[in-house]
Amino acid sequence: MSQRIYDVAIIGGGPAGLAAAYGARQAGAESVLVIERDRELGGILQQCIHNGFGLHKFQEELTGPGYASRYIKLIRQDAKIEVMLDTMVLEVAADKSIWAVNPKFGLMQIATKAVIFTMGCRERTRGAIRIPGYRPAGVFTAGAAQRMVNMEGYLPGKKIVILGSGDIGLIMARRMSLEGAKVQGVLEIMPYSNGLTRNIVQCLEDYDIPLYLSHTITKIHGAERVTGITCAAVDGKMQPIPGTEFDIECDCLLLSVGLIPENELSQAVGVKLDAITSGPVVNQLRQTSLPGFFAAGNVVHVHDLVDFVSEEGGIAGKYAAQYARGNLSAPVRTITVTAGTGVRTVVPQQIDVPATVIEPVRLFMRVTQPDKKIAISITSADQTLVSRRLPVAKPSEMIVIEMPASKLEEAGEQLTFSIQTQ
Amino acid sequence: MTQCVRKINCIVCPLSCVGEITSEDGQIQTITGFVCDRGKKYAKEEMTSPKRTLTTTVKVLGGALPLLPVVSKLPLPKDRVMACAQYLSTVSVKAPVAKGDIICPNILGLKVDIVATRDMPISQKS
Repeated sequence: MSQRIYDVAIIGGGPAGLAAAYGARQAGAESVLVIERDRELGGILQQCIHNGFGLHKFQEELTGPGYASRYIKLIRQDAKIEVMLDTMVLEVAADKSIWAVNPKFGLMQIATKAVIFTMGCRERTRGAIRIPGYRPAGVFTAGAAQRMVNMEGYLPGKKIVILGSGDIGLIMARRMSLEGAKVQGVLEIMPYSNGLTRNIVQCLEDYDIPLYLSHTITKIHGAERVTGITCAAVDGKMQPIPGTEFDIECDCLLLSVGLIPENELSQAVGVKLDAITSGPVVNQLRQTSLPGFFAAGNVVHVHDLVDFVSEEGGIAGKYAAQYARGNLSAPVRTITVTAGTGVRTVVPQQIDVPATVIEPVRLFMRVTQPDKKIAISITSADQTLVSRRLPVAKPSEMIVIEMPASKLEEAGEQLTFSIQTQ
Repeated sequence: MTQCVRKINCIVCPLSCVGEITSEDGQIQTITGFVCDRGKKYAKEEMTSPKRTLTTTVKVLGGALPLLPVVSKLPLPKDRVMACAQYLSTVSVKAPVAKGDIICPNILGLKVDIVATRDMPISQKS
């Protein structure tokens, strides 16, 4: 490999990485490298063939591949953005050198002035939720099954049970039905679905698929291949209620039980992680606890809309470019952002206030439980700086609140987000 | 006379109103439970002519990947979505394909084209 030093190196060529590359170039980065371990750019969007992407960003409904292609086109036509496919990053060192490996060049050491982590997230597996029973074939995570069905041309089963009613689980229920499989039911441990109403209607009701709320799997049957599951209703503490068990026959179980940001690389180099989001603690520039290391997208916190992933990628790209060019001004003070009553997460966790030109900051937050007619307030030292009413709030739908520059100037050392029910 | 009450879960906005439509001999009598007119309009359409956009895949011959994702350019009548998906499972196309190429014109005579949602280059493997 050449001895060049990139301005910005981006690890992961999904929606966050693509937007970061574009954002970095727009902000004046002279050389950008995108490292992707898969055979092509686009990340998980390429297997999300359904539509509904891009309503915020492009004001139209695109499919996953359609959304990805808009960014891929921008990246591919820019000669100053280099893309390495089939390339796995093994380690990122504190001096920002990246160790990576691919079949063409073998082991490589890559030098860069700024690093952006955009590795996305991974699915929780059967092991992560500890379902008792045998270990037969036919148990897949929903995303793995989605890739098999939509990209590789394999059907993982013909009689399906899905555990988890988040959007991925719901989308897969429809997808398997369209491919001729019979979806026996979707089980959800919570008393409500974490999926969009639109997906409940169009992915379950349209295909007469039953949704069992407050239910979970207590046993998986089958020795060689899954033959069925036993499920039971759960109580308020999510424990199975004895006597409520019943069996459902299936040859395939899909798990849609949550996503975890993939932070092996960032953690190994010493980036500080947030215990609740499982992603790096970032400031409003998406800079992590280590100067020159940035992060964006699902690696920071799991999003529900790709539009916001792109927005975050763009922010990280812009400021990583400024860092690399030596234009990033040092902050004069730091405001810590905390999640108060009724709020689960807020990103960024910290706002570094520069000496001049304060820009408004958009904060992404999630509530702890579904509710109607709520008020969100942002307070600092008992003073309410921003408040907003919402007719409805769900943990599955990220809420975006803009903090005007003038309010940031008024804020003290800490900002607290909290929910009041009316 | 047959009276029928149907519950409809609105998908227009996050409020997710659950309303009711009462009809008599197929004629809508009352629509209740939706807080806005968009909800009423949605409920009426769900009752009279529900439509869905279909996304699925077709087989690719000689492509970099074995499958090509496709979408119906306009929403299809809901009760024909399954038939369209079944029909598309028999369709195959030859690489290369460009995003937006019509893969199946006027599917099942419904006056809706099925188009590719991505480029599919020719396989580099010999």
